[in-house]
Amino acid sequence: MPSKRSAAWLAENGAVAALVVLVVALSLLSSDFLSLTNLLNVGVQAAVTAILAFGSTFVIVTGGIDLSVGSVAALSAITLAWTATEGGLPWPAAVVLSLATGVACGLVNAALIAYGKLPPFIATLAMLGIARGLALVISQGSPIAMPEAVSHLGDTVGRFLPIPVLVMLVMGVVAAVILNRTYPGRAMYAIGGNEEAARLSGIKVSRIKLVTYALSGAFAAVAGVVLASRLASAQPQAAAGYELDAIAAVVIGGASLSGGKGRALGTLVGALILAVLRNGLNLLSVSAFWQQVVIGVVIALAVLVDTLRRRGTN
Amino acid sequence: MRIPAIVMALALGLTACGGGGDGLEIGMSVSTLNNPYFVQLRDGAQAQADKLGATLTVTDAQNDASQQVNQVQNFTSQNMKAIILNPVDSDAAAPAVTAAERVDVPVIAVDRGVNGVEVAQTVASDNVAGGKLAAQELARQMGEQGQAVVLQGTPGTSASRDRGRGFEEGIKAFPNIQVVARQPADFDRAKGLDVMTNLLQSHPDVTGVFAENDEMALGAIRALGSRAGKEVKVVGFDGTPHGLTAVKDGTLAATIAQQPKLLGQRAVEAAVKVARGETVEKSVAVPVKVATQQNVAEFETS
Repeated sequence: MPSKRSAAWLAENGAVAALVVLVVALSLLSSDFLSLTNLLNVGVQAAVTAILAFGSTFVIVTGGIDLSVGSVAALSAITLAWTATEGGLPWPAAVVLSLATGVACGLVNAALIAYGKLPPFIATLAMLGIARGLALVISQGSPIAMPEAVSHLGDTVGRFLPIPVLVMLVMGVVAAVILNRTYPGRAMYAIGGNEEAARLSGIKVSRIKLVTYALSGAFAAVAGVVLASRLASAQPQAAAGYELDAIAAVVIGGASLSGGKGRALGTLVGALILAVLRNGLNLLSVSAFWQQVVIGVVIALAVLVDTLRRRGTN
Repeated sequence: MRIPAIVMALALGLTACGGGGDGLEIGMSVSTLNNPYFVQLRDGAQAQADKLGATLTVTDAQNDASQQVNQVQNFTSQNMKAIILNPVDSDAAAPAVTAAERVDVPVIAVDRGVNGVEVAQTVASDNVAGGKLAAQELARQMGEQGQAVVLQGTPGTSASRDRGRGFEEGIKAFPNIQVVARQPADFDRAKGLDVMTNLLQSHPDVTGVFAENDEMALGAIRALGSRAGKEVKVVGFDGTPHGLTAVKDGTLAATIAQQPKLLGQRAVEAAVKVARGETVEKSVAVPVKVATQQNVAEFETS
């Protein structure tokens, strides 16, 4: 019975099945893959993408898109490092300011979308440029050292447990709780399902969008700080292009770009698939040119299997 | 990323315009100013232009080859006497050069060459020679034996190709050194950290790392932790300020230092000469140098 139930659960969660296939295949192909250290490495390497992707899950559930998360991550990390070193702020204040930067970017996105009626693609594309540019302006184009205390976010607890993995799991739980257990979370699904119907049933759509993009910005800030902590240095060019990885992770995780569907667990699995794949390609010494082909094919297959299965059951 | 860079480029252009008196007008299109290396190249060019009394207008192509073609065309319509081109892409720059030379504006290529057409002069570091030097220095510091890995730059770029080729040629002379993996980390520090972490799983006995730029080398050092500089020697490329600091601290075994300021300076010298109708040599190779803990001091001041 339990095996039958777990088989049914796997069928229900295409991304999990894809991850299992990938892990089994890599374990067979490389003897170095299935070790605790390597799996923790994969977790650390998934962390930044996963945290960005949790934020993007809110946005994609509402039927929107956020292209600015990579740039906002870089800007938030630069803000932290700059205010703490050049500005002389105590580091807790700098952390708060960095989160506030992320939230502010998200609120600007939301205002442009909800009140300015810009398509989310365009509003967040503009923010992609603005946030990256501001990161370059503030930093003068050079990396800034992170304050010592914050850099410990990139270390491990005890000998083994990497803090980025813990942060990823905490942010995942936060995202899941918001999506499933709060009013704004459920309203996001309603908006993504049918925005007009949501409006007619009394949901304050503009206000929920402000919350949605602010959350995306806040998650991006956390991701940026984690990334900079791992390098002990905030870089203006950090996380460039990560928005596409984040969107891929969300969609691999079973969300629909047309909105109304998506879960935090799926997103986590999507981010893990990308990280496992990159790790495996390194371990197998696949050539640089082929790696990009393989990653593209796996993304397409993961989503294709899922959509075909859904079409089959409906 | 785009918009502020344009504003910056405009501002730079304006300040550059304000500088000169009756000097020669020279246009310079830089592949990107989002990279400290090219900022140094521009600074070197600007300083030399000021010294020679020429007026230098700098634009930023933001790594966009088609935008660069437009910038070069704009220079020709602004009646620049010579154009310095730092190509985004060596192949894609050819049409722009043809267009400029059709109206008799000579072009100097700097840092990267232009394929398929002839420019008045190409001023570049020798990346292949640099890769060879890196192999020799890494071999020396590894005691001419052991396993090494290579962190490659963005696949398909000429810098990655040439540095990689030079390294392979150079490392052949050391039969007891085995290159056990070659993996891309896209010239990026965070990717250098991740890829090195992964490679340490499959090749834990590595004692040497060649990274095709300093950013990836710094990421690799982060992955190696306390082993960097002791059991494992890392050699980078570029000689950026952060790279040189790591060399001084002993975590980076060596870096192949390019001299971006000198590149910019030589390019302006050549541009002024050709604008005055003098003939110049077809190519100038600005030397690269190995920076190690022993001689790092002389690089930091330059």
